[in-house]
Amino acid sequence: MSAQVHGTQHFDKAKRAEIKFSDASMATVQEMITRYPAGKQKSALLPVLHIAQAEFGGWLSPEVMDYVASVLNIKPIEVFEVASFYTMYNLKPVGKCTLEVCQTSSCWLNGAEDIVRYIEKKLNIKVGETTKDGMFTLKTAECLGSCGTAPMLQCGASFHENLTFEKVDNIIEKYKSENRLRSYTDLDYKNTL
Amino acid sequence: MGKKLLIHNDHVPNIHTYEVYRAHGGYASVEKAIKTMTPDQVTDEVKKSGLRGRGGAGFPTGLKWSFLAKPEGVQRYLVCNADESEPGTFKDRYLMERHPHALVEGMITSSYALGAKTCYIYIRGEYFYVSRILETAIKEAYAAGMLGKNILGTDYSLDMYVQVGGGAYICGEETALLESLEGKRGNPRIKPPFPAVAGAWGCPTVVNNVETIAAVVPIVNMGGEEYAKIGIGKSTGTKLISASGHINKPGVYEIELGITVEDFIYSEEYCGGIRNGKKMKAVVAGGSSVPILPTDLILKTAKGEPRLMTYESLGDGGFQTGTMLGSGGFIVMDEDTSIVKNLYTFTRFYHHESCGQCSPCREGTGWMEKILQKFINGTANESDVDLLWDIQSKIEGKTICPLGEAAAWPVAAAIRHFKQEFIDVAKKKEFKDVKHYFRLNNLVETV
Repeated sequence: MSAQVHGTQHFDKAKRAEIKFSDASMATVQEMITRYPAGKQKSALLPVLHIAQAEFGGWLSPEVMDYVASVLNIKPIEVFEVASFYTMYNLKPVGKCTLEVCQTSSCWLNGAEDIVRYIEKKLNIKVGETTKDGMFTLKTAECLGSCGTAPMLQCGASFHENLTFEKVDNIIEKYKSENRLRSYTDLDYKNTL
Repeated sequence: MGKKLLIHNDHVPNIHTYEVYRAHGGYASVEKAIKTMTPDQVTDEVKKSGLRGRGGAGFPTGLKWSFLAKPEGVQRYLVCNADESEPGTFKDRYLMERHPHALVEGMITSSYALGAKTCYIYIRGEYFYVSRILETAIKEAYAAGMLGKNILGTDYSLDMYVQVGGGAYICGEETALLESLEGKRGNPRIKPPFPAVAGAWGCPTVVNNVETIAAVVPIVNMGGEEYAKIGIGKSTGTKLISASGHINKPGVYEIELGITVEDFIYSEEYCGGIRNGKKMKAVVAGGSSVPILPTDLILKTAKGEPRLMTYESLGDGGFQTGTMLGSGGFIVMDEDTSIVKNLYTFTRFYHHESCGQCSPCREGTGWMEKILQKFINGTANESDVDLLWDIQSKIEGKTICPLGEAAAWPVAAAIRHFKQEFIDVAKKKEFKDVKHYFRLNNLVETV
């Protein structure tokens, strides 16, 4: 992955040399490849990118994409074209917790905009921004399939539904105190808030 | 109470586990199909049942299966479309989260009918936690001998895998889904060839929605003819409806096709009427893509007959006065709702989700969003209503996949039925939206 291809991010050879999946992740990736016909290991790209994003700080740097390409034995551009197409892959650094507030019809009908404004005010950031301490990124999302329990927000693997301002307060408090990266691949998806 | 075939065991604790699911009659269809029926006999039952694709298109499932090419020595695949992303639709998530084995069982029985040795469940990335639930169910099924080599001691073997997507509505379109399954951008393919001939990795493939596959279970258990007795005419069986918006009881309901729309919205068994004593203004009956209808036309057809929850009745009158059952994403809006703003959220969605392959869709959705933004900003002119109409008319039928239509139809329908509202907003030069949050939570705004 060259800087020209990626545009905004610079490719750092020294950083690239340090990137390596943990043994557990590597085993998962190797198992994933066997799920597809021989020679079609590229098929594992989307799930493997999720693992990479969770393991390497919540976003896909040019170095990480280059590494994933080498693991799957495909060209770096094949990784970049996929990573840039799907909304769940971050091509820029994000906070430890990305709050994604659904804003499509049913959620809007149930006050999603007020939830967004409330979070903006509370965290003192706008949609798309990250708090100074690197804890929270606020995003809006299109329909997350939670229309019957609107309004809702997703953070990592967790769906927080039937939101009220009070619930938002609790979510932010809880995540602040836990102070860790929350990913889609998290196993503790059952939220209690 | 209507008949329930898919989520009838909703009340049973731990129905998501293999043990409990099996104890409640689960996996009977696998036993019946694999031990006593040929693959073609299973397909015949599905044909007789009249089952139609539950993802939105409503294409007869048995017919789709019969198109599958079966060349010697070539792998065939069944791929489950669990990329549920149509705004207003959340029934597949409900089914997979609470009844994961219903899908796994349906996948095994369907794979047997199609002669697939490997099958995949492609689930949208945002439902990552649901993929965990499915993987647990699949592991249990392997341990019980329902998956893997020589299922139930027969010579039929099957492997099942879950693949998560990366967040793209377009991957619900079956050829885009296959591209995504192959690790590529979700750009829909040009058809023909259809997936039945050249699908996943160039091999013959059937792609079916979650609910469609789950419905194969009761069809095999009770027989296609019995299943076809439920419902009305060509709308057979039961359907999961995702109900949301300004109703008292949002949620997923399994209905017998054929109940009236009025009953569905107002009866206590289902939506329980409109919240806060308000009147209903409009309904989107089948997910955001289908035409919105005002109250009088959703409750009664243009001929004055009660509108039924069937493919035919909701479609009665074509797009002039009718709509579609679609995915069963039922969004109800009360009298204070701005149709203009609602359309804006839909159009923003389609602009965001257009894959960008075809110019009419890529550019058209963007322009429609921009123009609707003008209405929200209070800078629109009356002529912008005609401009919107003009743009939507130039998208439909001019794109590789139906996302173009899906983006154009809601715009056309909103203008067709609520044109005056658009003109009023343009004339006033200002847009006032109600405070949905405060209104629905019965709070008084203090800020």
